[in-house]
Amino acid sequence: MLEVKEITCVFGGLVALDKVSFTIRPGEITGVIGPNGAGKTTLFNIVSGIYSRTAGQVLFSGRDISGLPPDQLARLGLVRTFQNIELFGQMTVLENVMVGLHTKSHCGILACALKLPWHLAEERRIRARALELLDYVGIADLADDSAASLPFGKGRLLEIARALALEPQIMLMDEPAAGLNSRETWELGDLIRKIRSSGVTVVLVEHDMELVMDVCDAIVVLNLGQKLAEGTPRQIQDNSAVIAAYLGEG
Amino acid sequence: MQRELLKFALFAALVLVVAPLYFQGGYILNVLVFVGINTMLAIGLNLLLGFAGQISLGQAAFYGLGAYVSAILTTTHGFNPWLAMIFAALAIGALAFVIGFPILKLKGHYLAMATLGFGIIVYIVINEYVDLTGGPSGFPGIPNLSIGSFSFDSDMKNYYLIWGATLGVMLLAINLARSRIGRALRAIHDSEVAAQVLGINARLLKVQIFACSAMISSLAGSLYAHYITFVSPSTFGFHFSVELLTMVVIGGLGSIYGSFLGATLITLLPEILRTFHDYDIIFYGALLMIMTIFLPGGLIQGGTLAWNFLRKSWGGKGGADA
Ligand SMILES: Nc1ncnc2c1ncn2[C@@H]1O[C@H](COP(=O)(O)OP(=O)(O)OP(=O)(O)O)[C@@H](O)[C@H]1O
Ligand SMILES: [Mg+2]
Repeated sequence: MLEVKEITCVFGGLVALDKVSFTIRPGEITGVIGPNGAGKTTLFNIVSGIYSRTAGQVLFSGRDISGLPPDQLARLGLVRTFQNIELFGQMTVLENVMVGLHTKSHCGILACALKLPWHLAEERRIRARALELLDYVGIADLADDSAASLPFGKGRLLEIARALALEPQIMLMDEPAAGLNSRETWELGDLIRKIRSSGVTVVLVEHDMELVMDVCDAIVVLNLGQKLAEGTPRQIQDNSAVIAAYLGEG
Repeated sequence: MQRELLKFALFAALVLVVAPLYFQGGYILNVLVFVGINTMLAIGLNLLLGFAGQISLGQAAFYGLGAYVSAILTTTHGFNPWLAMIFAALAIGALAFVIGFPILKLKGHYLAMATLGFGIIVYIVINEYVDLTGGPSGFPGIPNLSIGSFSFDSDMKNYYLIWGATLGVMLLAINLARSRIGRALRAIHDSEVAAQVLGINARLLKVQIFACSAMISSLAGSLYAHYITFVSPSTFGFHFSVELLTMVVIGGLGSIYGSFLGATLITLLPEILRTFHDYDIIFYGALLMIMTIFLPGGLIQGGTLAWNFLRKSWGGKGGADA
């Protein structure tokens, strides 16, 4: 599904990722873990086309996607959420999801400005679909609230709904549980499983080990830009190098 | 949706019926025509600045290009003015589209500098290309617009013509703002990266809206040229680009009616301040400073606050969504 091959990323003198390789299998939830500064977010930024790599390749369904811009990757079915939620604060919750449906609608500037009949029909369809998606993540009651006013946990859910709007094949989530309380984290775990069973492959960067061990089918461990280990949650928990890296960090 | 339409209809009625009744011709009517032209220009810039969040200090250049293309095609080459107007808008839109790709890669100050540079280049070309444009002394003898034997040759006729066009642009802009394109533009404004990872081709959309705003400016320029029948380079300099920017910011970024308020204030202000003679520029500057400090959301925000206050004190509840 997604193949990361010898990805290297250098910022000035800092090697943020050093020849990292792994494969993500379709239909699985893969966890990417590692101490702060390990390079997890950098990896997501490269895979989603926001940063350009120094060396290496990313293959998506066998196709080389390294160097493609983020919007093109999104249209190919690769979406992501952000560690620091990136909502459109000036818009309502519903409108945020409607932006996510941009690629699922097609009226151009002229059709929109002239309010042509098919534009109105499309707008109705998008609105209904956006409500469905909000309902799917459980925040349909907040549809008309301002996105900026959402509590943190609901903001995370909104970001997930917005990404799901693209009907992705693969979804990268960067620390979706950060800032959530334990009940919200459990609900998030259920949501991630629900997303996977709807056919979306999930890659999960997360510090909450309980959640990671609970939902992930496979785990990749990064440390200081290098891949430290890879395996099932069981194998990772017993891996002495991983334990050392986490304990060493404090 | 319905409310939006009602608001627009009320506004249009106000513009088309009431205003000229009070000012039977003459100087004030002339100023009101300019309020119309400037509203159109401000809306064009607002699409770019208020919605997409991209600055342009070169809007006067597109305005000037529209005016000169219309002037030259009709006066020197005898084209039909309406066709010339459409041709000018399309050609200048295409020009903006082409230069937009490299320019809109830039952000913030750099984008401001690049558009400023474009404005200066156009200004110099208009000034220096004397054979074509008449240079600094201007280009006289542009015909009024006409339909058959009906000529738009008075202030009153031009008031209706130009305000008709401005209302049209206004309605299109309102529709656009409330569509998927408007949402995508606001998304780019808030977070370009977040918009892109949702599949929005931010680069292309920014260039497209830049071209739209150039076309609107060009249209305003053509209407201006046929109204005044004389154009000269000084109208289209850097100073006017800044004035347009002021209208949009003072009126309220991202608000179409705000652009009307801003254009009205900035167009009328010099006329009102004339009573202060030599000190008018000081009052002008001070007013702008006070406004931006106390009403950062622009006149439209002030209007909304006042409206909500009135409604509350009359016992009503809920807010206006101007
Ligand atoms: N744009 C950048 N410019 C320079 N250095 C960067 C940049 N982005 C990340 N880095 C550096 O790369 C290293 C890896 O950072 P990254 O954000 O990928 O870590 P992370 O694993 O996501 O950490 P955390 O768990 O804290 O989110 C860090 O040392 C960071 O300072
Ligand atoms: Mg991170």
